[in-house]
Formats: sequence, C-alpha cells, structure tokens
Amino acid sequence: MDLSSSLKGDYQVITVNAPRIDAAAAIAFKEALRTQTAEGTCDVLLDLGAVDFIDSSGLGAIVAALKLVGPARRLDLARLTPDVAKVFRLTRMNTIFTIHEGLEDAAPRRAG
Amino acid sequence: MTAASSFARAATAKHPRHLCLKFAATQDGVRSALGDLRGFMQAARIGADACGTAEIVMAEALNNVAEHAYRMSGAGDIELTVRLTQSAVSACITDAGAPLPGLCLPEAEAPLDGSPQDNLPEGGFGWFLIHSLTSALTYRRVDGTNHLAIEMDLLPASEAR
Repeated sequence: MDLSSSLKGDYQVITVNAPRIDAAAAIAFKEALRTQTAEGTCDVLLDLGAVDFIDSSGLGAIVAALKLVGPARRLDLARLTPDVAKVFRLTRMNTIFTIHEGLEDAAPRRAG
Repeated sequence: MTAASSFARAATAKHPRHLCLKFAATQDGVRSALGDLRGFMQAARIGADACGTAEIVMAEALNNVAEHAYRMSGAGDIELTVRLTQSAVSACITDAGAPLPGLCLPEAEAPLDGSPQDNLPEGGFGWFLIHSLTSALTYRRVDGTNHLAIEMDLLPASEAR
C-alpha cells in the first residue's frame, strides 16, 4: 500500500495514498505502516484524508498499528472522511484514538 | 438537443431499483461488488450517508461469507440482490459455503465493552456494525445454502449520532 511520510512539528505524519483500507488491503496497510515507523521515535499522525472507506478489517489494522507504534509513541488520526468517521463512531474507537480535524491543528495543540 | 435531454430525463426516471450480482467469494470479488453497489445506489439518487451505511453493512456481510463460509478458499460464488423502496434497502446474500455456527446469527456485542485498554480488540467489529446499521436481519439455511436477508432504513433516523 502506498504510504508517504513527512515530519511536521513533533509528529511523523503518515499519509495513506489509497481510497480504501478494507479486507483486501488490511495486511498490506499493516506491513507498510510497520516499515514506515520502524526507524522513527516520533509520535505518529495517520492522515486518512484520502481514505473514503474502511471496514472492520481496516479498523482492526489501524488498532494493530496503534499497538505496533506504542506504548512509547502515540498514534493519532487526522482528516477522517464521513464513512470512515462513522465506523470509528459506531465502534466507539473514536474514544480510544485522538482524532484531529486537520494536519495543522494537531501539532500546535501538542505544543500548548 | 431536445430529444437528447428528454431521453436523459426518461432514463433518470427509470433508474433501476433492483440489482442482482454474482461474483467469486474472494476479497477482490467483494470489493468489486461493493463498487457496483455504490454505483447502483448513486444512480438511484440515494444520499451519500445511506450509500456509505449500505456499503459498510454489505462489506461486513460479504467478507464474512468469503472468510468464514468459504474459509478464504475463493472456491465458490456469492449472489447479492438489492431492492430499493422509498424508505428502505432490502438485500439478500446467498452462498453455498459452511453454515453460520449453531445456525444462528452472532450476537451484536460491542467489542470495546469489557475490553481492557491495554488489550484493544483488533476484530469482532463486523457483526456489531451489521447489527448497528440494520433494521432487520434474518438468516436461513436451506438445502445447503445460506440466505442472509438484510433491511436498512433509508431515513435519516437509522443512525443515532
């Protein structure tokens, strides 16, 4: 799966460049995220702005990513599209993750 | 020009309210069917929120068939029929895979309930999402085939916010 990574403030921002994290893509997502975060020590901000759809397999892969990165590092989420936000809300996973509206509001908030 | 636009209006008025698909019980087969479902619902002018809800429910139900009924073998087909009414989406999923355990629908327990924070669940969300987003759910095993009938309201009240 195509993920891109950049540093923004205290975060390593990982952008998912794919429209779906579904059953067919969940393992590839987990492996790509493992590769991207293997070397880093920063907290991770997962940018889901390009992702239109996740299913329960995709949600499970994001939870697995949280465990993979942690416990020393955080994994926060940003830019959830409507159907993705719905899955987080219904499963109450929105209470587990810190979810930012945009990439810009994530870094300053942490500084304050 | 006039003829073309009146044709377009007629075509819109007669947009199909019924979809019937048959596809291989693989993750790619399911993904492709979900694309067809999305296109069908958009053509029928169903709102984005309801389209999303239907896609989530169908993704979970169809992936369950591929992963559990056919055990990821890909050796089998899934049939999906969808009918739209003014207020609801009615769908039926048929497959010839293994029956649901105990011949009954799994419970709709919320995976996060009772789960310690340091041991978050990575699965078990599928049936919870299906139950949360549907108004009726019926499972039957008939002559070696599974039939899952699903009803979803098209009214905004179908999901508590």
